[in-house]
Amino acid sequence: MATQSSNTDLLLEVAKERILVTDGAMGTMIQAEKPTEEDYRGERFADVKADLVGNNELLSLTRPDMIRRIHDAYLEAGADIVGTNTFNANAISQADYGLEDLSYELNYQSALLADSMADEWTALTPLKPRFAAGAVGPTNKTASISPDVTDPGFRAVDFDTLVAAYSDAVRGLMDGGVDLLLVETIFDTLNAKAALYAIQSVFDERATTLPIMISGTITDRSGRTLTGQTPEAFWASVEHVRPFSIGLNCALGADEMRPHIAELSRIADTRVSAYPNAGLPNELGGYDETPEQTGGALGEWAEAGLVNIVGGCCGTTPDHIRAIAAAVDGVAPRDIPASKTSLRLSGLEVFEFRAQ
Amino acid sequence: MIGTFINIGERTNVTGSAKFRKLIQADDYNGALDVARQQIENGAQIIDVNMDDGLIDGEAAMTTFLNLIASEPDISRVPIMIDSSKWSVIEAGLKCAQGKCVVNSISLKEGEADFLAQAREVQKLGAAVVVMGFDEDGQADTVQRKVEIAERSHALLTRKAGFQSHDIIFDPNIFAVATGIDEHNDYGNAFIEATRQIREKLEGCHVSGGVSNLSFSFRGNEPIRRAMHSVFLYHAIRNGLTMAIVNAGQIDIYDEIPRHIRDTVEDVILNRRDDATERLLALAEEVRDTGGPKKEAANAEWREKPVVERLRHALVNGIDKHVVEDTEEARLEADRPLEVIEGPLMAGMGVVGDLFGSGKMFLPQVVKSARVMKLAVNHLIPYMEADKRAEDRQEKGKILMATVKGDVHDIGKNIVGVVLQCNNYDVIDLGVMVPTEKILEVAKAENVDVIGLSGLITPSLDRMVDVASEMERQGFDIPLLIGGATTSRKHTALKIEPQYSGGVIHVDDASRAVSVVSRLLSDNTRQQVLDEAAALYEGIRENRSPDARAKGGVSLKVARGNRFQADWSSYTPPQPGFTGVREIEDLSLADIAEHIDWTPFFHTWGVKGAYPRVLDDPKKGAVARDLFDKGQAMLDRIVKEEWFQPRAVVGFWPANADGDDVALYTGEDRADPLGHFRFLRQQGDKSAGRPNLCLSDYVAPKQSGLKDWIGGFAVTSGPEPDRIADRFAQDNRDFDAIMVKALGDRFAEALAEYLHKRVRRELWGYAPDEALDNDALIAETYRGIRPAPGYPACPEHTEKGLLFQLLDAEEKAGISLTESYAMWPGAAVSGFYFSHPEARYFGVGRINRDQVADYAGRKGMTVEEAETWLSPSLAYDPADPEEAVKDAA
Repeated sequence: MATQSSNTDLLLEVAKERILVTDGAMGTMIQAEKPTEEDYRGERFADVKADLVGNNELLSLTRPDMIRRIHDAYLEAGADIVGTNTFNANAISQADYGLEDLSYELNYQSALLADSMADEWTALTPLKPRFAAGAVGPTNKTASISPDVTDPGFRAVDFDTLVAAYSDAVRGLMDGGVDLLLVETIFDTLNAKAALYAIQSVFDERATTLPIMISGTITDRSGRTLTGQTPEAFWASVEHVRPFSIGLNCALGADEMRPHIAELSRIADTRVSAYPNAGLPNELGGYDETPEQTGGALGEWAEAGLVNIVGGCCGTTPDHIRAIAAAVDGVAPRDIPASKTSLRLSGLEVFEFRAQ
Repeated sequence: MIGTFINIGERTNVTGSAKFRKLIQADDYNGALDVARQQIENGAQIIDVNMDDGLIDGEAAMTTFLNLIASEPDISRVPIMIDSSKWSVIEAGLKCAQGKCVVNSISLKEGEADFLAQAREVQKLGAAVVVMGFDEDGQADTVQRKVEIAERSHALLTRKAGFQSHDIIFDPNIFAVATGIDEHNDYGNAFIEATRQIREKLEGCHVSGGVSNLSFSFRGNEPIRRAMHSVFLYHAIRNGLTMAIVNAGQIDIYDEIPRHIRDTVEDVILNRRDDATERLLALAEEVRDTGGPKKEAANAEWREKPVVERLRHALVNGIDKHVVEDTEEARLEADRPLEVIEGPLMAGMGVVGDLFGSGKMFLPQVVKSARVMKLAVNHLIPYMEADKRAEDRQEKGKILMATVKGDVHDIGKNIVGVVLQCNNYDVIDLGVMVPTEKILEVAKAENVDVIGLSGLITPSLDRMVDVASEMERQGFDIPLLIGGATTSRKHTALKIEPQYSGGVIHVDDASRAVSVVSRLLSDNTRQQVLDEAAALYEGIRENRSPDARAKGGVSLKVARGNRFQADWSSYTPPQPGFTGVREIEDLSLADIAEHIDWTPFFHTWGVKGAYPRVLDDPKKGAVARDLFDKGQAMLDRIVKEEWFQPRAVVGFWPANADGDDVALYTGEDRADPLGHFRFLRQQGDKSAGRPNLCLSDYVAPKQSGLKDWIGGFAVTSGPEPDRIADRFAQDNRDFDAIMVKALGDRFAEALAEYLHKRVRRELWGYAPDEALDNDALIAETYRGIRPAPGYPACPEHTEKGLLFQLLDAEEKAGISLTESYAMWPGAAVSGFYFSHPEARYFGVGRINRDQVADYAGRKGMTVEEAETWLSPSLAYDPADPEEAVKDAA
């Protein structure tokens, strides 16, 4: 716990001095390694009935060397923060493979991998300390939308179920030693609110806290999350946890993401993070943006004073991160604006209420 | 959306609305969603959901209803107040909402431990909270107890539950007054005073209350209840109340309450006299329900009436919900579909027209009626086409409308078009910038009955003269209507009407347009209208006393001698932060929206009056409010969904006054001239001590040796307002089409205001410490002015030419000039910046021949050209040689 809080202080300190760089895509890198069914299963899961190809989180247990290598590559490229391989390491997503009971272990082991690699690099470059962020994904179910068009009141998952799954995952991440928590790729803010509720409950239970990064996903050019919120309404929904940062990731390339980051940058009284995809997917589902392009775009955001934390999502590689790190090197992080004192409520849109 | 006082409705509240309770009890959630939707359509900013009823499973009902709301984007747009006295219901509700809600409510009733546990949960679930004035000893009924409980709750919430002050809303209990029990007499006062103290002591917090309790003793007497609520809110809001839960149908406008009722009610609320209750009871005996207030019952009632009356009701009240089914019913009853139009629909629109004509309905309401009419007619069209006998149907009349060539302004024209359509005229709208040939070509091809021309800018007046003379040449004999902001009866009389013998009528507002057209198209009255108009214009021509000149006016020489003399010897002009031209990036619609001046918005809609007073105007207030709410709702979407792409460009140039001109230079050495802005000087006969102003007086003259500068700007809301309006129009959403344009214009003006502020504070930077609120901005209490070419201080439009060239406005702001120097897109503003502390807005007024000749020389125009561009400012008639002689003498 002592190390946690000293790492928190260190993180707050470096975030004042420079723009922090996160890692790039985990999935893209795993795909490049072309793991086989055997890689996923190892010996331990040889008898599991379900097809396990694609259960990337499982590789933390069966091919830890592969995951460690990916973290290493991103840290080598200049990432300050690496995310744990836990995007789908929750009981709800793992239930697809019948592996829901593995949730705690997946999170715990993945946290150990990321944290140990971060520590190794901190020892190598003490002036550039590295941090492990416990990734908390959206799960594969949504609490705000019915999967059945004929029954709009139905829900495939409810808040309490999400809280239980997230609590388990967060305990594993914290026990594994992550330095911060990253609630990411939020397409349904209600799911995220369950994750944040779980995180706060685990904090309460342990009488400790960690910095929380929150990163939503604007799904398309509508400029809204999948469940219809504007960036401003999304911020109003999650600001109560006083996060370390608020930002956006995935779905959009840098060009499409910029106006929404600019909006968050204008309104949020905390750090702003952005890790876009390497452009929009091409017709084959691949990503075409070069490291220079992504780096150039994020460098411009940095110069414009929009961001405190940058990185990459789908389609980005260590080369992208290297270019991004070079582009923001020496650029001052965005100044955090003073807190607003008005009451802000939200539905899909924000309602700001200023007492006179 | 930014609010300052929130009125939270009770319609999705089973304790406040019997209708909603019955829907929930009957499991009719679709009906319940309709109630919520309607409430939002009526402008609710938050919806309060309450399921507290003995016969309802609160947790299940809350969960189901909120889950269903989540699937309705038009409802889930707004935040939800989760209202229950049961904690489990609140918790269930919070777990269904992705947005940030308000919990209503928690309290210290069961002690600190419970309170904190609940508060912590609310905080973790990310909601704001209402705290009732309640503790272990019961409900607070005195000022002291109310304030003490608020302070204690506040300390706990902020220190132990992680709340920020602005997420806390206190409800210090509104109790019934005038109950006959003396101890209750001071309850109104106690709430109001507690509100004041809480707001003062606990900075950032809010205060709310449930108002209907107050009038509990007067259940059944709606007029008294409404008056009590209004008077109470009036005083409570003045003392810091920021929210209230009250049925909007249960409040009146404070100023509209009859004086004797208001006074008596006020005595009760403020506990001003011992016999206040008795007096109110006595008054209540006299003031009984006069029908009307029970709107919901009335709603149901009109549906029971015969179809003809239902259609009339729908048209008059602008209700589109049932119109298609009612029209269908009427069609089935009628022999032919056309009879439905000629019968009940026309009858209904006739009522609308009468009410409108007599000032009992306002434009926005008429536009809503028009929409209902269109829906009905659209439903009938396929049947009419199928009905072969429809061929012989007689049109009521066909009207061609157009904004003339060179001009892009059309809101007024669109309003007239809609009003005419709703009176069942066939309107052909050719849009904006329509050349004369096209107007006349279509008029012939379509065999129209009337042509209506519109224009906002000065040169449009000449285009209208062109159209009139061309109509004469081509032998037209249909009437020509003239309208638009720049037109006048006088101009029509002097310039247009003499050109065309087929009849010219100036129409100054939309309500008159309908009556004029209907009389023109009736065989009985046509000649009479035309004769009246001809006589009127003849009279104007004969009696015309050339006003400015008749009063004298002074020669240009005298006017220049009486110029405004700044004390240049003790003045150093401020240097701008840069010279040259700069595009302004990162314009935020939200920032711009805060600078909107609403008064002209109401003018656009024909609701004249100054904002915000117009909202409380006894006659127009209701309409103004409705319009304002709708405007705000659209504004909110414009901002949130980024409908507009505003652009702006600013330039500053080294400059010195050179006579009435301002000379611009390429560099600070002031060696190479860049061009001249040419300004006009007032020629009125001024009383002593009042100068004859010219804008160049505000720039240091060459001879002073001082370095001075002038600025210029061009801003626009972009082409989107027009595009979106077109889309709305295609969907038969005329009201929205007009609204989006009206707001586009407001945005352009607001952007000009916003930009001027930045110019003063940073870009020119001569007033870095200026701190003014929007009212002060509108009242123009700041230093420096931004006059626009074509407006009173510099009325000549061609000055935009050089301005746009220097600003590179087409490239840098996407604004181009038409051949009449109108800006396109139309939602645009351009002008000059002057920084001199004594610079004021003024009107040039009428100018004489000597100045026109001088100006023509400076501009390199012929005198005739100058007279054309300056025609509205001329103090003489250029066609009148006698006057020329007089002037010369």
